[in-house]
Amino acid sequence: MSRDMSYDAVMSRKNEIMKKAIGIDYDVFETGGIGFDYERMMREAGYSLEEIQKIQSSTGVGNTPILELKNLTALARKLAPKGKGARIFIKDEATNPSGSFKARRASVSVYHAKKLGYKGVIAATSGNYGAAVASQAAMAGLKCIVVQECYDSKMVGQPEILEKQRACEAYGAEVVQLSVGPELFYSFLCLLEETGYFNASLYTPFGIAGVETLGYELIMQFREKLGRDPDKVVITHAGGGNVTGTARGIKKAGAEHTEIVGASVDLSGLHMASDRDFNRKSFTTGHTGFGIPFATWPDRADVPRNAARPLRYLDRYLTVKQGEVFYITEALSVLEGLERGPAGNTSLTAAFALAQEMDEDQIIVVQETEYTGAGKHPMPQISFAKQNGIEILFGDPDTEVPGQNIVFPDHPSKIKVRDFDLGKARMSYIKNAINNYGKKEISQYDFEFLVKDTNSDENFVRSVLSELDVKVL
Amino acid sequence: MDTIKKGDWVQIHKIVLKPEERASHLPEDTKKVPLEMWVKGFALSDGKIGEEIEIKTVTGRIVKGTAIKLNPRYIHDFGDYVPELAKIDMQLKEMLFGGDCDE
Repeated sequence: MSRDMSYDAVMSRKNEIMKKAIGIDYDVFETGGIGFDYERMMREAGYSLEEIQKIQSSTGVGNTPILELKNLTALARKLAPKGKGARIFIKDEATNPSGSFKARRASVSVYHAKKLGYKGVIAATSGNYGAAVASQAAMAGLKCIVVQECYDSKMVGQPEILEKQRACEAYGAEVVQLSVGPELFYSFLCLLEETGYFNASLYTPFGIAGVETLGYELIMQFREKLGRDPDKVVITHAGGGNVTGTARGIKKAGAEHTEIVGASVDLSGLHMASDRDFNRKSFTTGHTGFGIPFATWPDRADVPRNAARPLRYLDRYLTVKQGEVFYITEALSVLEGLERGPAGNTSLTAAFALAQEMDEDQIIVVQETEYTGAGKHPMPQISFAKQNGIEILFGDPDTEVPGQNIVFPDHPSKIKVRDFDLGKARMSYIKNAINNYGKKEISQYDFEFLVKDTNSDENFVRSVLSELDVKVL
Repeated sequence: MDTIKKGDWVQIHKIVLKPEERASHLPEDTKKVPLEMWVKGFALSDGKIGEEIEIKTVTGRIVKGTAIKLNPRYIHDFGDYVPELAKIDMQLKEMLFGGDCDE
């Protein structure tokens, strides 16, 4: 019992702890450089689509309905040029056990943990994933610990995270709450070592494969209902698992022409590890504070190789403002009779603006909703923002400054499409890869990997590498 | 009020890392404060709020820390009424379903 539990000592045991807690030998997919065999990892360490459908149907996960938002479509058409305004649909993932699409990810992780004989599961998450793991663990009879970043140094908790704590405890889980800081990972490792439980990471091959059913199901539902594939699917983007899993499922269904659009709430200027900034944001996930770092360096995750690699799949990446998402959340409620969110409403906001650029006979789908309630609803979030000195205004959402104000559009025509430059994201991904591996020259294999992982082309990668003075051998 | 009996449901608090033990590369404000932890469980002995106590969590872990709350309630709710949201609701309904809008 004299194990050194200091920060440095535990962090240095990271690989050993992880190997035990996840049951995957990531080394077999490695080639000793930047690249690794992603598809082989997904194939061998994950499950097939058919196996996952079976696992999920045994726990009541999936087969969520598609709903057409006719009134929101009508509103978009009022604002769009003549002949424009695509039909807007949502996939009502809130009907999953635990109230969000995260049940898909959790179902496979918990199934896998049980199959391997683990007594319990641990997840590091402040979001819906915690409730999903807790719910699935309850069904499987496994113990569950959820580690949350919840409070600032004055023990003021973000209302949405407090609600997640309640939900996890309602499903019988232990919730370990922490103050702000990236050392959550240290506490997480300590718990894995102490308990010997399974690391139900969001970023394992089976966790991501759990989301593939969402994309696959969605395409099948559209073919059945409307006899065609949707033109665009909009996906709220944070850690990248939602984008990656959904897009892979869409491709497995053979929908090659469906555009994959990511959307995040713009929280630029707020530091994610800042004690002060922590409670000055009104969105705890689905925001650029996760979306951009995870797109430009996925392997920052709590597993050696992240199965969520959003740049491979994103055709477009849009940002929306906090005030716009609250506005659309109200619209969903009073025009469609659906109280949902916040998570899916980020992509719904982007879809509302994007639909106005599309033809009337086109189809745009928002692929998730989530349950709402105390702490999560716009009312507690705006109240909390006001208590934290955030100014609430009506006007042009482009004037919103995260952490200072929230600007509700004074008219829905002010809700706009804002493209985040994916070229820039791809460039910083390559820079991060080169810096993290400290390379001056890379192999042909690594070069090809960079092309695939950024979903770009050889010329693009070559030009970024030459800017960095890196040679391809 | 602040007496804890063995078996009571208690929330405890402890410092995980003192400011000087924290990771490097933290923002200035976070660097100045410790990494803190809160967890709930059943008291393993009698005790008092504000004093150190051992608890057994629902997964059976034994954790020691300062008892801060007995039967802690969930404090999140629907917040104060936000009149701005009603303004949005009325604008949306009027635009789509009529009122003085002649669009």
